[in-house]
Amino acid sequence: MNSVPDHPPPAPATRAWSWRSRSFRGLVWQALTISLLLGLAWFLIHNLLENMRVRGIQSGFGFFSQPTGFAIGESLIAFDSQDPLSRAFLVGFLNTLRVALLGILFTTVVGVTVGIGRLSRNFLLRTLCTGYVELFRNVPVLLQILIWYFVITDWFPEVSDAIQPVHGVFLTKSGMSFPVPVFHATHAWIAAGFAVGLALAFLWRAVARRAFERTGLRPPVFWPMTALITLVPLACAAFGTPIELDFPERLDAAIAGGGTVTPEFLAVTIGLSIYTAAFVAEVVRSGIQSVPWGQTEAAHSLGLARGLTLRLVLLPQAVRVIIPPLTNQYLNLTKNSSLAVAIGYPDLISISNTTLNQTGRAVECIAVAMAIYLALSLATAALMNWYNARAAIRER
Amino acid sequence: MAGHLKRAVAALAFGAALAGFAGMAQAGKTLDTIKQRGQVICGVNTGLAGFGAADSQGNWAGLDVDICRALAAAVLGDANKVRWVPLNTQQRFTALQSGEIDILSRNTTFTLTRDASLGLHQTAITYYDGQGFMVTKKSNIKSAKQLNNSSVCVQAGTTTEKNLNDYFRAQKMKFKPVVFEDFEASKKAFFSGRCQVYTTDASGLASIRNKDAAKPDDYVILPELISKEPLGPVVRRGDDEWFAIVKWTIYALLEAEEYGITQANVEQMKGDPSPAIQRILGSGEDSGKLLGLSKDWAANALKAVGNYGEIFERNVGPKSPLKLPRGANNLWNKGGLMYAPPVR
Repeated sequence: MNSVPDHPPPAPATRAWSWRSRSFRGLVWQALTISLLLGLAWFLIHNLLENMRVRGIQSGFGFFSQPTGFAIGESLIAFDSQDPLSRAFLVGFLNTLRVALLGILFTTVVGVTVGIGRLSRNFLLRTLCTGYVELFRNVPVLLQILIWYFVITDWFPEVSDAIQPVHGVFLTKSGMSFPVPVFHATHAWIAAGFAVGLALAFLWRAVARRAFERTGLRPPVFWPMTALITLVPLACAAFGTPIELDFPERLDAAIAGGGTVTPEFLAVTIGLSIYTAAFVAEVVRSGIQSVPWGQTEAAHSLGLARGLTLRLVLLPQAVRVIIPPLTNQYLNLTKNSSLAVAIGYPDLISISNTTLNQTGRAVECIAVAMAIYLALSLATAALMNWYNARAAIRER
Repeated sequence: MAGHLKRAVAALAFGAALAGFAGMAQAGKTLDTIKQRGQVICGVNTGLAGFGAADSQGNWAGLDVDICRALAAAVLGDANKVRWVPLNTQQRFTALQSGEIDILSRNTTFTLTRDASLGLHQTAITYYDGQGFMVTKKSNIKSAKQLNNSSVCVQAGTTTEKNLNDYFRAQKMKFKPVVFEDFEASKKAFFSGRCQVYTTDASGLASIRNKDAAKPDDYVILPELISKEPLGPVVRRGDDEWFAIVKWTIYALLEAEEYGITQANVEQMKGDPSPAIQRILGSGEDSGKLLGLSKDWAANALKAVGNYGEIFERNVGPKSPLKLPRGANNLWNKGGLMYAPPVR
């Protein structure tokens, strides 16, 4: 048997530079490709601007400082129709973000539950979960959003016969109105308490992990963390913070006051979450099944119960397979939120289209909307890649 | 991914069209192109009864549609040589700018912004309209001043959204707009009760109430009109000849009504001794030559669709399903606003 050499063989000496060298040819091709692409881009943009000028179509981004001139149905920030168009775009962006974030949250919860449910030993649960996936991923999402919307607007009553399931909560065709707490200066203490609780909870998790690695015993993690996150802010609240609620009330033609979510928002969020959850469920199921069966057997032979096997052995390994396709689903959900225009939810696309029509600046409005979606998607992808890198197998 | 993707593609196509067809549609070219093609390409509404809508056989009818028919008859001598391009509010100006259509005849309001910054020319007003409100009869609302705090359904991409905002601001009232991309969805939402109020041009309200409501009597249109909405066809800038043809075809339809020329009596009136009538019908001096058209251009248009009054009666007047009164759209000498410069 030959002995393994101590050093790798020396790299072949690099040849002296020449016009005919491989690296130079590569360089030429790359330079050519880039200049062709740039040239094409320049040609298209120049032609567009030139033709717009010839036809007397005005261009430029200056119109973003003009007053908006139209009202927006729902907004997370204060908005007046005299505010500049740039603020209207911000309102639209926040509305998109609201649907995207809530949608990602719901879709993850539902998707993971259904995905695990598909692997259950319980026949009924397994069949139900399979039915869910097959039903919701095979119907176009626009149709689903429209169905949710018409269900809400057809079944909920008029303002005059508003349903009041709980005191202060109104269900009408105008949406759901509910009491919201009035902000008080001392509420900052609750927020601070929440932050402290969160920090303590993660500290405990780190301590528990270290204890586990040292002794092999698992200290409880979930319940102490939950307790810390909820109890610390509550303790702060106990120090005489006035909790005052702003109740909605019924007026002649509408419900005023309190917080409101519109049927449009409800329909978009529910429709997108349920649709995307079907795909997430498949991603989770295939991720879990990608973990070799031997792992399950090994876990069982160590005496781990099924639940623990899933939580401690299967999921941590499945996560590495799940994250990249899951990122795709999150991006799809964010982009699909632009379907909200169909049912009148004022998202970024809706605001952009209205602006486009009021000002006639088609190219500018679409360019801005595209840039914002691109930034949003890249940010989501970056976040997920970071998480992916964290979860990846660290070779030691 | 239907709506917005299509629009993004349309926008890209618009860019590509601008880039690719530089030089197309330069001055004077539209008429030549139309004659060569043998067809007028007319942008119309996707479906607004009385103004532009296709029936179950695919035949287009409506006031805006008849203007294009008249134009085809005046230019090509045949009112059927029209290709219809149904457009929504988002696509309409882009379609015209890019040269996809020759004329946009789609209940479009004339405004300064549109005239001055979109590379378009507004031609002649074919319908004087104003924005109104429709509510349910059950609500017992009698005046727009009672609409405080209501939800208002409105279609996206129109002058309507701005008027709505201006009106409520001036009245110091609050409202919640629900803005729909899709015309059908906006109507469905209103009839299901999502909004207390639907707003658009009064003619559009009449059209929706009488054609789309299950029971038209359950809905009332409030008396207030909150804006001026002069509607008419729009053409591209940079082709003054075509601009003039469109304008004068409309004026001829108006003048014909003034002088009592109807679809039925065109031939007979050609023998009328009045020089004004002879000029319109081409039996005297040749008014068509100045426009680059044949001598009987206006006569052809009138034979195809009748004069303006007949077009109005047939499509939107008291005997049509829309039952709109002639009102401001009557001739100037009958108490209305329709005043055409003389064809001479």
